[in-house]
Parts: sequence; structure tokens; C-alpha cells
Amino acid sequence: MIKVENLVKAFGPKVAVNGVSFGVERGEVLGFLGPNGAGKSTTMRMVTGFIPPTSGRVTVGGFDMDENPIPAKRLIGYLPENAPAYTDMTVHGFLHFTAELRGLRGEEKKKAVSRAVEMCFLESVVYQSVDTLSKGYRHRTCFAQSIIHDPEVLVLDEPTDGLDPNQKYEVRTLIREMGAKKAIIFSTHILEEVDAACTRAIIIDRGQIVANGTPQELRQRSDLAGAVMFSVQGTPAVTVNQKIQSLPTVRKSALLAGENPQVVAVRAFPQPNTRDSELEASLFELAVREHWKLTELKTEEGRLDEVFRRITLPDTKRSTKEETK
Amino acid sequence: MTTHATTLPVSAAAPHPGSLGNVLAIAKRELSGYFASPVAYIFIVIFLLLAGFFTFNVGGFFRRGEASLESFFVWHPWLYLFLVPAVGMRLWSEERRLGTIELLLTMPVTSWQAIVGKFLASWLFLAIALALTFPLVFTVGYLGSPDYGAIFCGYVGSFMLAGAYLAVSCMTSALTRNQVVSFILSVVFCLFLILAGWPPVTDMLVQWAKPWLVDFVAAFSVMPHFDSFRRGVVDSRDVIFFLSVITFSLFTTGVIIRSHRAG
Repeated sequence: MIKVENLVKAFGPKVAVNGVSFGVERGEVLGFLGPNGAGKSTTMRMVTGFIPPTSGRVTVGGFDMDENPIPAKRLIGYLPENAPAYTDMTVHGFLHFTAELRGLRGEEKKKAVSRAVEMCFLESVVYQSVDTLSKGYRHRTCFAQSIIHDPEVLVLDEPTDGLDPNQKYEVRTLIREMGAKKAIIFSTHILEEVDAACTRAIIIDRGQIVANGTPQELRQRSDLAGAVMFSVQGTPAVTVNQKIQSLPTVRKSALLAGENPQVVAVRAFPQPNTRDSELEASLFELAVREHWKLTELKTEEGRLDEVFRRITLPDTKRSTKEETK
Repeated sequence: MTTHATTLPVSAAAPHPGSLGNVLAIAKRELSGYFASPVAYIFIVIFLLLAGFFTFNVGGFFRRGEASLESFFVWHPWLYLFLVPAVGMRLWSEERRLGTIELLLTMPVTSWQAIVGKFLASWLFLAIALALTFPLVFTVGYLGSPDYGAIFCGYVGSFMLAGAYLAVSCMTSALTRNQVVSFILSVVFCLFLILAGWPPVTDMLVQWAKPWLVDFVAAFSVMPHFDSFRRGVVDSRDVIFFLSVITFSLFTTGVIIRSHRAG
């Protein structure tokens, strides 16, 4: 559905997006992650045809965005960053206007508007001016605009930004549901959303894709992935740690500070050649052998925030240096 | 991809209104935008008050002792100088300030449809304001027997003049997201269109420029073109002049918007 090839965007000497390529098919929800200023919004603006790329190609549903923008744009629903809307219109008027631009008329238009109003829970503010809406409602109004024509492709730039936790949950659920039949790209800062709604995630940093995979695959790139959390009660920490470190399957281990001083928590990292669950099994055997009172034993999947930080850290470091200069 | 490619273009090629439908949808929104805010009413009241003031008090409508709207139309280039940019300044700068330009231009709409739609809405709004001066026509009709043809020409000329100023304001509003800057730039451009053929300015130019250059600059002035309308003459050259100012300005608006998007 969406195919992006070698997309480059330079604003003067600054290269905002540098050689980004990816594809999104129907039934996929692609999460777009990255620090602020990484090029997420710029990429989305190029995908939706708002700004032309310096080089590279965007095709949506087989239509080239550069050569054939109108049919390509017809397939897309777009929620821009900060959810802009005409402040001098009512929600009703705004949605009717966007429906008209989407080519809907008469009965069809009315149906589309009421469907979008219902899906985005806007019933209570339909005849209110956009000007007077709270941020959450304004955001949902713009979101309603993006789905008014039931598009095949949805591009959402930070769809949950500025929403309260309940609204975030609703929007996430909506995205996941719609993702079954549509091709969706959405950007976010919130890593748990990737787990909640995405089938695949891309991490973009300084204009380049630094990671691309399912949320699970990304988590496995974490240092923590495969490590085992191990807690026992009533045994001195030093003893526990020493015994664990003497195991052949353990590369290193770290004592973790817990709330309960009675409980000793250790995170054990496996040797590179250790197979899945082998470490867990050997730690269990150790606890049994030593008659320790085991309270926790769990292999970690790895954490997205840890992956995210590790991959994108150099940028924040450099930028803080630049700021202090 | 291939399986999708066969099913997809169906919805993309589904019946949709042509460019006229888009232009009308945008124009309708823009026009209702004027009337949804106090801007429209304030503008119309001020326009009518000023038009009346200049016609009767400054222009000496009664002292002339002739049944014509000469003293009404003669002030229009100066009246519009401030009032038209006030209408046009928000056209694109507001769109950029709110960020809705991103929404509008990612719709299946070409930028010229958006530009023309917005322009037509504002022009229609100015036409409504102008049409509300109709009591003046009745007044001269009551007092004497005016040349209604000349009055009609005056109205056409005034409408054309407003269109030309408006197109210039449309262009300057695309330059900036700040409405004040847009207003001032537009007033300056429109002032140039008035003054380019005005003797004090041409005299100043003559001192250092070649005569053909002075004539060239003077040819941009709206004054001689509007004057012939005012005298009751519709000359195709004058109509073409105003239409080309409008076309050129709207075309430039398109170029400015495209260059903003290109970054």
C-alpha cells in the first residue's frame, strides 16, 4: 500500500531525512519511533504529499505521489501533528467540509460524518465551535477528519499527543481495530503504544532508520533480553551473588536494590552461547540445591525503552553538548 | 502489493466531483468563515460608513448638482487601499498559522483549486459589501435622471479594482503567517499600484530613469484603467489589465506556497 524508497529531505544544508525506505501493507500498523527532531514528521509530510522530497519516491496504492498526487491523496487519511482544525467552524461544519473535499455528497456525506462523529465520541460537541473545544476534543475532531472517507491508508502523526489516559486507550484501540483492514503509520513518543497497537515498528534517528522489526524483535535487541530476574528470601545477598556467578551459564550478574531488605534480587545475564531457558533452568536447580526460598524467576523479554535509549542516545548527548557551547 | 494494486484503484477512481466541486467547497467554507466571525459585519459597516462619508461630506455629492455617482466611485481606489487588504490578509497567513494548510494541501485538491476557491470567496464577499451601497443608486435616481449605464460601469470597475487589490493581498498573505505583516505588505503593493501612474511619482522617476522605464512603471497603475470605468467606458484593455493583475498575483501565490512546501 505505502512504499517509500530512499526518501531524502534537505532543508538547506540540514538533512532532515536521509535515505529512508520502508513499506506498509494492508493489515499492518507501523509504529514510527524516534527522538524529537529525528525526521518523523518530515517523513510523514512527504508520505502524505504535503512537502515534496528532495529525492526518492513515495507510492501509495500504486500511485506515485509526485506524478499522480490526487489519486494517491484520495487513498490517505492524515492526522497532522498538533491536529490543526479551522477554529471558526463548528465540529459539524468542519467535518462536512472535509467530507466534501473527499468527494462525498448528499446522503453519503451525512452518513460519513455521523459515522466519524460516533467513532471518535464527538456527539456532545458536534455543534460547538472548534475554537471552544478542549485539546482532547480538538484532537479527536481532527482524527475524525482523517477517517471520514474510510481511507485505505492512515497516516497519524502523534495521534495520542495531549490526550488523557482514557482517550489514549480509546485511540489506541481504534488504531488496532482499524489496522486489520487498513495500512496505518503512526508516530509516537510513547513506547507502550508500540506494544499496544503496532504490528511493526521503525526507530528513526537523525533522519535514518536505525531499527525495523516487530516489537518483539526490537525488544530482543535490548541488553536485558534473555536476562533472568531471580529473587530469594532470607539468604545473604553476597552468598547468592557468588553462587550465581559461579554458574557456567552466567556471564555476569547484578544485585538489584529492592524495597524489602529480606529479599535479594539478582539479574543474571546469560553467556553468549546459552540457549533460551537454559539459564532459567540452571538458576532453578541452584535454588533447589541450596534450599533457597525462591520468590521470583523470570526471563526478561527485553525492554523497548532500553533499546530506544541505546540506539538513539548519541544524538541527545551531542545535542546537549551543542547547547552548552 | 500486486494483489492490492488490482483492488485499490477502484476506490481511487470512484466518482468524485471535479475541480469545480473542490473550488466551490473551499469557497463556501471561506465565505461562511467570514460571516461566522464579526469580521464580515464590522467590515461591511465600516465600508458603508466610509463610502457615505467620502461621497457626501468630502466628495460634495450635493454641491455637484449632477445626478451621477462620480463622487462615490472616485474614492474607491483609496478606500480599498486599506479595506481590501484587511479582507485578504488572513487568506493564507491564517491557514499557515493554524497549520490547516497541511490539512488542506494533503486533501485530494490541487493548490490552484484552493487558491482560486479562497480568492473567489473573498471577492464575492467584497461584491456583497459593494452591492449594499445600492441606496446611493436610488438616491441619484430620485434626485435626477442619472446615466444608469455609467453607474453600472462604475460598479464593474470598482469590482475589478477590488479583485486586483484582493489578489495582491492573497499573494502577500501567502508570504507570512503574520497577518499584520501581510496587511502592511499588501497596502504597500496596492499603494504602488495607485501611485505608479501618479504625477509626483513619475516626476521623481524621470530624474534618473529613462522615459520608457517610467512609462513602463506607469502602465502598472490601476488609476487610468479605473478612471475609464468611472467615466462609463468599458474598454476590453482595462478589463484585461485587471484580470492580468489578478492572474499574475494568484499565480505568484501558487509559486510562493509551493516554495514554502519545498522548504
